[in-house]
Amino acid sequence: MLQYFLKRLAAIIPTVFFVTVIIFGLQQLLPGDAASVLAGENQDPEVIAYLQKKMHLDEPLPVRYAYWISGVFHGDLGESMRIQQPVLDLIKEKLPVTLQLAGMAMVIALLIGIPAGIVSAVGKDSAWDYLANVIALWGLSTPNFWLGILMILVFSVQLGWLPASGYVSPFEDLKANLAAMIMPAFVLGNAIAAVLMRHTRSAMLQVLNADYVRTARAKGLTERRVVLKHALRNALTPIITLGALEFGTLLSGAVLTEQVFSIPGFGKLIVDAVFNRDYAVVQGVVLFTSSVYILLNLLADLAYFVVNPRLRG
Amino acid sequence: MNKKFMLALTLAATACVTQAQTLRIGLAEDPDVLDPTLARSFVSRIVFSSLCDKLVDIDEKLNIVPQLATSYQWSADNKALTMKLRSGVTFHDGEKFDAAAVKFNIDRHKSLAGSNRRGELAPVTTVDVIDDLTVKINLSAPFSPLLSVLADRAGMMVSPKAAQAAPTNFGTKPVCSGPFKFTERVAQDRIVLERYAGYWDKANIHFDKVIFLPIVDATVRLANLRSGQLDFIERVAPSDIASIKADKKLGFSRIVELGYQGITINTGKSDQAQKNPLGRDPRVREAFELSLDRAGIVQVAMDGEATPGNQWVPPANSFYAKNVPIPKRDIARAKQLLKEAGVPNPVFTLMTPTTSDAQRVAQVVQAMAKEAGFDVKIQSTEFATSLNLADKGQFDAYVLAWSGRADPDGNLFSFYGCKQPLNYSGECRPQWDELLNRSRNTLDTAGRIKVFATLAAEADKVKPVVYLFHRNWLWAYNKKITGMRTVPDGLVRPQGLKM
Repeated sequence: MLQYFLKRLAAIIPTVFFVTVIIFGLQQLLPGDAASVLAGENQDPEVIAYLQKKMHLDEPLPVRYAYWISGVFHGDLGESMRIQQPVLDLIKEKLPVTLQLAGMAMVIALLIGIPAGIVSAVGKDSAWDYLANVIALWGLSTPNFWLGILMILVFSVQLGWLPASGYVSPFEDLKANLAAMIMPAFVLGNAIAAVLMRHTRSAMLQVLNADYVRTARAKGLTERRVVLKHALRNALTPIITLGALEFGTLLSGAVLTEQVFSIPGFGKLIVDAVFNRDYAVVQGVVLFTSSVYILLNLLADLAYFVVNPRLRG
Repeated sequence: MNKKFMLALTLAATACVTQAQTLRIGLAEDPDVLDPTLARSFVSRIVFSSLCDKLVDIDEKLNIVPQLATSYQWSADNKALTMKLRSGVTFHDGEKFDAAAVKFNIDRHKSLAGSNRRGELAPVTTVDVIDDLTVKINLSAPFSPLLSVLADRAGMMVSPKAAQAAPTNFGTKPVCSGPFKFTERVAQDRIVLERYAGYWDKANIHFDKVIFLPIVDATVRLANLRSGQLDFIERVAPSDIASIKADKKLGFSRIVELGYQGITINTGKSDQAQKNPLGRDPRVREAFELSLDRAGIVQVAMDGEATPGNQWVPPANSFYAKNVPIPKRDIARAKQLLKEAGVPNPVFTLMTPTTSDAQRVAQVVQAMAKEAGFDVKIQSTEFATSLNLADKGQFDAYVLAWSGRADPDGNLFSFYGCKQPLNYSGECRPQWDELLNRSRNTLDTAGRIKVFATLAAEADKVKPVVYLFHRNWLWAYNKKITGMRTVPDGLVRPQGLKM
């Protein structure tokens, strides 16, 4: 297992390197001149020239890449040209928000998705199965921004139970924090729960027809034990991969949900930075989130070992 | 006696409660850097209104009124402006505001790398400190828009000591002399300002804190106001006006903007101008304008929340050229002009940013122009890209909005001056340059009105820009708020606001 772990770890280095090249390269494909966007509505030629120099836009591409990557190695991701803040500070500021939102959404997704998937598979073609499928279809086909606005109108404007949007740090006021996060977390978790439910259902259906499950039943085990101990454990492997990928996506920012609920996370940060051509922010945040994504994949691979003893051999 | 004492105590307690209030303002965007020298967005000016006082301000009728300067005097040759400054003013760090601070600030605006104010203050050569509270601003030539320039970010004063201490990142902790001082900023989440106890006009400030919350979606901004989490929102969606008016808990204000929404035509920015009949022939542009019904555009695209216009200032502005009235829609005449030009069915591409307002305008224009024979192809382009294409002259016509300045010069010079940065039409005429410079050199209003009338008549013959309308700044707020001032620049002034 250690050898496998080290091998996977070593593969991360070239992956991250390619990621930096891709992030940098793709950004150059963005149309428009970053300096003129950042110069604002006056479009003062002197300001544009100054910004071009400051962002090294007047240098060849490889030189610009070298400037950036050497900064990255020194722990300096650059500075936001738009608001004068270091990118690293922005990441530190947004990371806890995004982590909490992603974490809560994932918990909601798991709590709904996996039990619904199991129930649906066990009671295939029953009323429960149809109900779970309808709910999954609803979760998949409901746009986040629409559900978000609908929830705001019901729970904030009409009932006045929850704040319409905004963010409060849990260290400042935990209750207010949870009140502000529950709606966006539900909106995000709802869509992922639907995906998880569908996958759990199909994985479970496959496993429930396997020989060893029949054997387990023949041994006279209770149905509960067959489903939860024997079937689910094997069905979980693809679900872990899926969960890790969904969590990684959540960490890179849930743009629309963050926009609707005014949650200051990575999604809003990246979108604003792209529209304002604030290159250092886009590069820094994408590099950070893709590194996390790669790391999560590694963790998912390692988790297989924990749930599937056959891989340990 | 006892009762009186109790009453006084109750009143005092009520006063305390009233004063310990927070004003929460919902902004349509996240402001850019909070340094008046570097700032470049409209939305940051809303924050500056509470944070940084200016030398002068404008009132509801666009008159120049005192703020940090109490009076001013032009020299006989109009090449110097002497200003008397308010005494007893301090910056948020306790430093004294005086003539030396004014000199420091104007020099900083002119010399700081990346300054967005340098162009606005180009005619300013030097600043002399006459005495502690008198300052003289020297100009290379008479410059009538100077006062209105000083009523915006170029007139905002920051603490010299704080600015010197933070040469590269002053905008992260700005220190000014306005009614509220900077407390914290969480990017894209909030900007918190706290009442400055040493403010010179503190009797007019009735809030303890102002919190600005950027909420991009207009529906969500309004939902926050309705649920009581915000007290004030700017840039309400026109389609929400009816429901706001019906809500007894909400107040509503409407102000005609200083800027405009128009269609800039490539008449000489690049070779592409000559390849298209619209850019090549003024008759085709006249036909295009005659095919449009501005009131109809306002009604359909803006839910009626704009004022039709055909110039760089709204019709109610004192600088509006009455000799060039809004032309009525005339399809027959438009068709005739196109026939004379030999292009009964001109085809051109209308580039438009992806904002919903601009898209709607483009669609209505497309439908109206079609009736005269035009085939308008809409090209929706993300804003940064459209700016780039406009700058390179790779467009036929471009739906472009301008936030506007108090003096017409701010809506004109950079757009009509030869080789100026915002002259996307590429129209370059020495006569226009001469008129623009004359309007800057003329100090009396009547004289300037005449110059603008001449320029409006000349521009109307060429039509590098077809102006469509002037949007309304739409505000909604908790009805308990009083003292709202509706100044056309669309900025929320905290002085006198109460809840």
